[in-house]
Amino acid sequence: MNPANGEVNAMMITIASGKGGTGKTTVATNLAVAVGEGVTLLDCDVEEPNVHLFLEPESITRTPVTTMVPKVDTELCVQCGECSDLCQFSAITLVAGELYTFPHMCHSCGGCVMACSAGALTEGTRELGELEIGQCKNIELISGRLRVGEAMSPPLINRVKEAAEGRPLVIVDAPPGTSCPVIAAMEGTHYVVLVTEPTPFGLHDLKLAVEAVRVLNIPFGIVINRADAGDDRVVRYAEDEGIEVLLSIPYSRKVAEYYARGRLLVEAMPEMADAFAGMVEKIQKAAQEGRP
Amino acid sequence: MKIAVTATAPDFDAPMDPRFGRAACFLVVDDETLAWSVVENTQNFNAPQGAGIQAGKTIVESGCTVLITGNCGPKAFRILTGAGIKIVTGAKGSARQAIEQYAAGELQESDEANVEGHWI
Repeated sequence: MNPANGEVNAMMITIASGKGGTGKTTVATNLAVAVGEGVTLLDCDVEEPNVHLFLEPESITRTPVTTMVPKVDTELCVQCGECSDLCQFSAITLVAGELYTFPHMCHSCGGCVMACSAGALTEGTRELGELEIGQCKNIELISGRLRVGEAMSPPLINRVKEAAEGRPLVIVDAPPGTSCPVIAAMEGTHYVVLVTEPTPFGLHDLKLAVEAVRVLNIPFGIVINRADAGDDRVVRYAEDEGIEVLLSIPYSRKVAEYYARGRLLVEAMPEMADAFAGMVEKIQKAAQEGRP
Repeated sequence: MKIAVTATAPDFDAPMDPRFGRAACFLVVDDETLAWSVVENTQNFNAPQGAGIQAGKTIVESGCTVLITGNCGPKAFRILTGAGIKIVTGAKGSARQAIEQYAAGELQESDEANVEGHWI
């Protein structure tokens, strides 16, 4: 989505969670299959994308993704230190008249290039990973794949989201946690689904995720996975906080077996297909009401 | 000649700090008179990244030509050696003892970073 040029997705739903391994990809893939025709699924867990294991896309096109890093012309540099004073990440540092750059630490803000009055800095690039666009039956799958060893995932996540510009319905599979990559995945989307499990860790990390979504002011609801495997602490929390429980997925060994073979939950539990379809309707209603 | 030592407290007899970028403080010592002064490193304690780079800059600006510390990563190493500073590791005990070990020729100069960087 890029509001700057007026292109806005009709509906973008992010599937996130505080805790990892709660079932984000399970919810994202099964939701996409429930919607079917016309849906675009984004794998924004770019450090370890796994949606392709379940949907097996075909005719994939791959495009390298780069990010901006400053390029120094030492002939023009007057060692004024403006860039070094500005950079909060020490990615460009002037020490004793020598200008050092550390491209892997650069957050690509472009401030140093703007600050350089000598014209010694220009915009260079550095490869972050690649964008993969493929088709799985009637579902379009767009995945980001971060280069091994790379730490800067938010710019790649943003590029994955930009690649889905203008699509009518987009589902985003977010990375786990509540740090910068997750914020990048959630930002600008219309609704966030937080997937959790009824365990102490599940609830603890759900609370962190709820705090993050509230700061971003995006309507959200929760999905409780393996709902009967723990206790009722997540349900009680949701009641106390007035958070909608969109779906409860029962614990099932069969689902785990299917998952381990790269198959979908709705294949193991066909009776859940209607529930996923109903969840989309609930989300659309809640997003339209703008209920936080 | 001025020598920088990473220390766990602003005291010449305090134990050395094995960390460089996030060392509690630096002691700048005159190797002949053993007069010492403290250079703060507090601005680096909560830095999200780049502590080694900024600490390297601090040492370069202190006018020291030798640094005695526990560990030095690749980015700090690049800054320090770029300014011609010798990096010495392997000292034990207090900051004072580290200076004594260096003076006695017991310590080796590093020709490369001895630990990995924290951010690639």
